This record gives sequence, structure tokens and C-alpha cells, in this order.
Amino acid sequence: MRDIRLLDRLFIPGALIGPFTNANPGLGGVCTFVGEVRSDNGVEALELTHYEPLTLPGMHELADSAFARFDLMGLLMVHRVGVMHPGEPIVCVSAAARHRRDAIGAVDFCMDHLKSAAWFWKREKRSGQWHWIEPREQDRADLARWHEPI
Amino acid sequence: MVTVVFLGKLADLAGAPSLSLGAPLDWAGLRAALPKALAEVLDDPRNRVAVNGVLVADKAGLRAGAGDEIALLPPVSGG
Repeated sequence: MRDIRLLDRLFIPGALIGPFTNANPGLGGVCTFVGEVRSDNGVEALELTHYEPLTLPGMHELADSAFARFDLMGLLMVHRVGVMHPGEPIVCVSAAARHRRDAIGAVDFCMDHLKSAAWFWKREKRSGQWHWIEPREQDRADLARWHEPI
Repeated sequence: MVTVVFLGKLADLAGAPSLSLGAPLDWAGLRAALPKALAEVLDDPRNRVAVNGVLVADKAGLRAGAGDEIALLPPVSGG
């Protein structure tokens, strides 16, 4: 069961997980990560921009890579675009597998790629002013973990 | 016409999210039609270019015809 989506309005991750789990009968484990807008540094709002011809196809390619790398039964990958406020969910990745390591690894793998290699541009509103967010070195280092020779 | 789409902070430099330019359009023609500050930023290899949703390997070899969409893509900041 594979469910890859971009959403332009508030979503409730909990409402997605139950149906996703039920759609993968016989699974041994489900791992879910939900990312939310942090309320630190006086952030009033966060806006994520995407580019339709690249962003969703890129998420599908990432899902293909996750299925190739891990023994998965199902993968749910839902990402917000548009304006969000602190406490609102940005991303939900859930992986169902026969064994826990594949489920946990697939979520970690997808999140590291979504955080630094997916086609999203982010800006924050602080004190009424929008500021573009630059790529973070830590995100690049997290991504590099998956590309080291084994 | 060729549609040029500016993503992320490139839209701020362009002053608009998109622009229509006459076809055909090559890299020199695109640079000449944009504000100088933006044209210079585009030379940075970290800023990528896509035509009709396909990344261009060699920006200088860009060719776009009527109805094509060029996207100017700064480094992604992640989801």
C-alpha cells in the first residue's frame, strides 16, 4: 500500500495512520514520524513553496528508492505546502513492514531525503517579516549517511 | 511565449513569481531579460534550471520554444 501526497491544508496525521495500518494486513510493525512547525525563535508562520512538475514526482522517486532499499509492505508519505502555524503538522511518513528495522529505517531514510533533497523552499515569518531559510549543513550530513559505501 | 517561473528567494529578486518572454529563448536571452542582480545569481551552479519539469544539465545550452516552461530553482531548504 503506497500513498504519496502533497496537501495544501491542515491535516490530522492520526486520521491517516489507522487506515494505512489496516491497509497492510499481516504486517509485523509500523513506524510513523510526524514533523510539526516548531514554536521557537518567535516564528509566527512557516511557508513551504513547491514546484508541481518536480516536487510530487520527486517524492514518488524517493518512495521507489525506499521500497528498493527496505523490505516494505506499505509506505505513507504526506507533506504539507502553503502557510502553516506553530503546532501544525508539516510531514507524516509511515512505513509498514514485516520486521521493525525495515519500517524504522525506511522512515529515517525518507525523512533525511525530504529534509534536504526534496523540492521545497521554506520561509519563516518573524516579527511580521518573511525570511527565506537556507539549506542546513546538518541536513546535508544526515543525507550523506545513506550514500556512504557499505 | 515562454513562461519563466521563479522559485524561493529568486521570486523576490525577480519581483514576481513568473514572467512571460518571447520564444524562442536561450540562456543569453533569458539573462538579458532579467534584472541584473538576478541574472548574476543564476550563474551560481547551485541554482538549477528545469525546462518542462526536466532539469537542465548545461544551463548555457538552454533552448526553450513557444509554450515551454522554464523554472529557476534555488537550493532547496527542505521540508
